Amino acid sequence: MTHPGEITRRQLLRRIGLTAFVAGPGAGLLSACATSGAGDEPAATPTGSIGVSADPKNPFGVDAKKPLEVTIFSGGYGDAYAKDLHEEMYKKRFPGATVKHNATQQIGTQLRPRFVSGDVPDVVNNSGPEALDLAAMATEGQLADLTALFDAPSLDDPAKKVRDTVTPAVLDNAKIDDKNLVLNYTVSHRALWYNAKLFADKGWTLPKTWAEFKALGETAKQEGILLFAYPGQKGPYYQLWNALYTAAKIGGNQVIIDIDNLVDNAWNAEPMKQSVTAWVEIQTLYGDKAYFGLDHTQTQVKQLQNKLLFYPVGSWIENEMAKDKPKDFEYAIAPVPDVTAADKMPYGAIQVGVGENFFVSAKGKNPQGGLEYLRIMLSKEGAKGFTEKTLNLTVVNGAAEGLDLTPGLKSAAKAQDTAGQNIITDARFEGWYKELFDYGTQQINVVMAGRITPEKFCQNMQKKADAIKKDPSVSKQTRGQ
Amino acid sequence: MQRLRKYGFVAGFLAVPVALYSVFVISPYIQAFQISLTDWNGYKSRLHYVGFDNFTRLFGDEVFWRALRNHGILLLVLPLVTVVIALFFAFLLNLGGGSRGAGMKGIWGSKFYRVVFFFPQVLAVAVVGVLFKAVYRPDESGVINGALIKLGFDPVGWLIEPNLALWAILAVMIWQAVGFYVVLFSAGMAAIPKDYFEAAALDGAGRVRLFFSITLPLLRDTIQVGWVYLGIAAFDGFALILVLAGDKGEPDGATTVLPVEIWKTAFTYSKVGYASAMGVVLFFLTVTFAVLTLRTTRRERIEL
Repeated sequence: MTHPGEITRRQLLRRIGLTAFVAGPGAGLLSACATSGAGDEPAATPTGSIGVSADPKNPFGVDAKKPLEVTIFSGGYGDAYAKDLHEEMYKKRFPGATVKHNATQQIGTQLRPRFVSGDVPDVVNNSGPEALDLAAMATEGQLADLTALFDAPSLDDPAKKVRDTVTPAVLDNAKIDDKNLVLNYTVSHRALWYNAKLFADKGWTLPKTWAEFKALGETAKQEGILLFAYPGQKGPYYQLWNALYTAAKIGGNQVIIDIDNLVDNAWNAEPMKQSVTAWVEIQTLYGDKAYFGLDHTQTQVKQLQNKLLFYPVGSWIENEMAKDKPKDFEYAIAPVPDVTAADKMPYGAIQVGVGENFFVSAKGKNPQGGLEYLRIMLSKEGAKGFTEKTLNLTVVNGAAEGLDLTPGLKSAAKAQDTAGQNIITDARFEGWYKELFDYGTQQINVVMAGRITPEKFCQNMQKKADAIKKDPSVSKQTRGQ
Repeated sequence: MQRLRKYGFVAGFLAVPVALYSVFVISPYIQAFQISLTDWNGYKSRLHYVGFDNFTRLFGDEVFWRALRNHGILLLVLPLVTVVIALFFAFLLNLGGGSRGAGMKGIWGSKFYRVVFFFPQVLAVAVVGVLFKAVYRPDESGVINGALIKLGFDPVGWLIEPNLALWAILAVMIWQAVGFYVVLFSAGMAAIPKDYFEAAALDGAGRVRLFFSITLPLLRDTIQVGWVYLGIAAFDGFALILVLAGDKGEPDGATTVLPVEIWKTAFTYSKVGYASAMGVVLFFLTVTFAVLTLRTTRRERIEL
């Protein structure tokens, strides 16, 4: 069939294959972006950490002409607070400087290659589902030490250090490998959120004990309302948090601290089992399995329609649902009722935590400018503006003074006053051991749906925690309190 | 001289595509093999080789085996069901109407159905995913469950029952794939000379006999190609599963597949080395499947 001299299809294919093979190694040079290979061992500590100079006006010695690059996660908070506020404030302080603003929802996808290649933005708001692995970044010396920032004079009052103007949890949560590397900027209040107006209309009061909780469940059932629901899609971690915080209420914060520190059998602790058992019972008696297939938005809309009473979430819910919220709906926080008569923390304990990570790149072109940018964020003007634009509180003490707070935030502030010292701690393994946390969000659905027992849930989690503990590729963190 | 001219001509055409192909396809493959032998986390500037550790760990990883089991189910069911349905529709559209006048005709309205069948193929996978999320929604707002509840039945948790979820997703994959294969097989049927059908019809062959004795044997090559495509698709499923079941292969990991695990391990858990090892295994699985399918079904070509 083939004419002499004509290249058959088979020959052609073979030749293309051969060419590709020859071209392969050469092309490798072009594409060496992922693994350059021949680099030096990474410096364990950022080279030349920045000190605090005597000049209170410019403590980090910022070069007023150097440009600054800021990357913001444009999720629930948007990016206007950075673009229209913090960056403008920076430009006002250093009129010669330009600020390059970059907003994205794909922090990891955009920035990972840049950190490997060395061309990095100076300030990063590391958040969202694709956030960078900060422990791994710290090992590579990519994160600038923030000690200088915490020791610098505050922008509002040069007599005060920045560390004295923020809520103490900021300093605890800044640490990775015992160094101050991360700034948490927002404060949130997590427990159960409900519609205060509905309760007022029906004349219901908040349940303080588990028996009252179940009694309310019966009453609500008569009216065709679910006592409790959480989203099985996308947001099952809300229920994992809820179970962990409830365990801390029963057995004290040590339950969560042990879990974070990968202490042997931390997950098999009695308070953890009691917490999961109690919530599984609520789900079985007063829940609806349809919610395992709904995501957070669908579930939250159902709450706005008064189809469910209590939803485990944080204070950002009010701003998140602001667009859809009907007039007769008023968000308020309810502490988790007493599970046993002997809970370590009395009724009223809620979780107050810091969140929303920011870091400065150690290997950026303008780390001094980065620190200054964070100092601007931590000024009263910067923090107040953030609260105005996002309706969320910041870690800066007294920054919300004089603002007309929303009902939800007011209720959260009041609940925090009532709780006093009984503040439930955050579970940090969420950031430290993502794999364990992810496994937990999957297993919580399994146990809540009744496919495994609470004991089995604890055993499964312990098995995974043990595997993480043994995995040498995961860098370990510990916390004191 | 003639040789030089011939190769120069070929090389002139091939240089650019081969360069692009090498940079964007071949070199990442080679790199994946290289990275699979390291414990790279995506952030380090240096590679640290750990030999075959990643592979030994992989074979003890229960999630990996669950993903493989799911691929197995997809591999058995997806090509078989899709090809059968597509063949049936293609036959009806092209030959099902029997012989009328010159040549064979499709059933009445076949032009219209042809367009309808192709619709799913036009939609992006993400759109299909979102669409079926609404179809499978477990409460009264779901398309199927809304109807079930109205008829007085209990709603079915299509995507939240571990025994049901993978099949529900499989149904979407088949729904989406059928249109393309109807077109592919239609083209194949159009290439079969009309006189074969006419001769057989004159000898009294019915539609069923026409299908099994004429259409099917002469379509063998096309079906084989379709089978390989669908098999490779069964090793993917990434986008659809991510949208419908999430990155944990909900519920209980019952719907997870290797591409989802690779993506999550590399970019969420920062274990790029381990993820690359999964990628390498997936590469060999896909290649083995394609070679086996082509080998076992090879036979002498029928000259038309």
